[in-house]
Amino acid sequence: MKFAYFPGCSAESTARDMHASTVAVAKTLGIDLVEPEGWSCCGATAAHQTDPVLSVSLPAANLVLAQQMQMDMVASCAACFNRLKMANHKIQSDRTLCKQVAEAVGRDYDGQVKVRHILEVLYEEVGLDAIKAAVKRSLNGLKVACYYGCLMVRPQEVMKFDDPENPTSLDRLVEVMGGEPLDWPHKVECCGGGLAMSRTDVVLKLTDSILKMAQDVGADCITVSCPMCQVNLDLRQKDIKKQMGHDYGMPIIYITQLLGLSLGLAPNDLGLNKLIVTPNNVIEAVI
Amino acid sequence: MTIQIKKKNSVSGLLEEIEKRTGLDLSICFQCKKCSNGCTVGDLVESPPSEIMRRLHLGAGDELLESDLIWTCASCETCSSRCPMGIDVASVIDALRVLSQERCKGKSTPQVFNRAFLNSVRKHGRTYEMGMITAYKMGTGKFMGDIDKFPMMLLKGKLSLLPSSGSDKKTVKRIFKNIRQKKEVR
Repeated sequence: MKFAYFPGCSAESTARDMHASTVAVAKTLGIDLVEPEGWSCCGATAAHQTDPVLSVSLPAANLVLAQQMQMDMVASCAACFNRLKMANHKIQSDRTLCKQVAEAVGRDYDGQVKVRHILEVLYEEVGLDAIKAAVKRSLNGLKVACYYGCLMVRPQEVMKFDDPENPTSLDRLVEVMGGEPLDWPHKVECCGGGLAMSRTDVVLKLTDSILKMAQDVGADCITVSCPMCQVNLDLRQKDIKKQMGHDYGMPIIYITQLLGLSLGLAPNDLGLNKLIVTPNNVIEAVI
Repeated sequence: MTIQIKKKNSVSGLLEEIEKRTGLDLSICFQCKKCSNGCTVGDLVESPPSEIMRRLHLGAGDELLESDLIWTCASCETCSSRCPMGIDVASVIDALRVLSQERCKGKSTPQVFNRAFLNSVRKHGRTYEMGMITAYKMGTGKFMGDIDKFPMMLLKGKLSLLPSSGSDKKTVKRIFKNIRQKKEVR
């Protein structure tokens, strides 16, 4: 099981823990992840809000690398996953755009590299049974609110991953680890994404709503798979407490960190010490 | 609430231009308002997505580009996901953003952020958060925002002090140069 692995820009800064835990979990489960040499930014939200050719050219430059490596491209960041898949979709469906992108990147690209999320690889290549067998520490009934966010599941005809209104891929993984995935209505409610800095007021409203619902359904923690969601839900709890008086103390933990814990890996190897709201209750439940 | 259709700067309105840029037929929108009901920021803006659509139908001109949804939209794709006619509403908002940047030099905070983000990518091949945040703060004049978070973020290793050096900067610069040249021709 060898894949080209696209870490994404935040893997080197705000989401170092997402990256560390993804790599650690992959290694434990026998998945070989190879970073394409010279990978560059996928453009994220800023590019598609600015120029349509730019928004496809930036991810395409990376897909070209994966094509040269003759491997599928795997991403851990939901936004990168979305932009890479969207680039393929647009290149395959718009001949003019395909030519414009080839001119911008300096290489022909046919949009055929298969793009997968690390969760897809875990499900399709490793399989839930194998993961269950590899679990060393049960989550011991930890109540987990699985938060999917937007970009991993929408738009459905492009992403073709799980369900856009009531996804269950994170839930089933939590179950296999011995946790209790909670049924809750905010699985795909937007956290405000890229408005993190530019419209923090909007992000606070949205994250407060998600955190409140998680608290109301009795969650011990929220698990996520997008670095933007993680930062918004984690970092902003302090602001929410100050401005709205709501004190949630809700750990926001990446699914790969949770999986790493249950596979027997050390908390610091998974970057658990990087979370702003400390996940002590999670660690204590598992270890 | 009453909204005036002003047809500013365009006799025929923006509809044709937006349809051309998105490749969509917006006449199939029958105003079911599912997009607005699911819109993440629907209750925070003057005109939610279905109203933007209606204003386009009615011949709205450049005044539509000043509508607050264009820069408050969180690009969550809920609207596109739920449209029963399969209209990619999110791409209509993106097209309005692109048009807005071509026709008016906007200073909304998301625009400043996007510019800071893309400049960082153009320079370093990947986002360099410290550089990006500095550019954003200088562009908005909001220097004190989140200042309390910096020490904690640095301590937890969540912010890189130096830009990344691993990317193929040549290709990234080529992409940006190509896009800029195309814009100048247009």
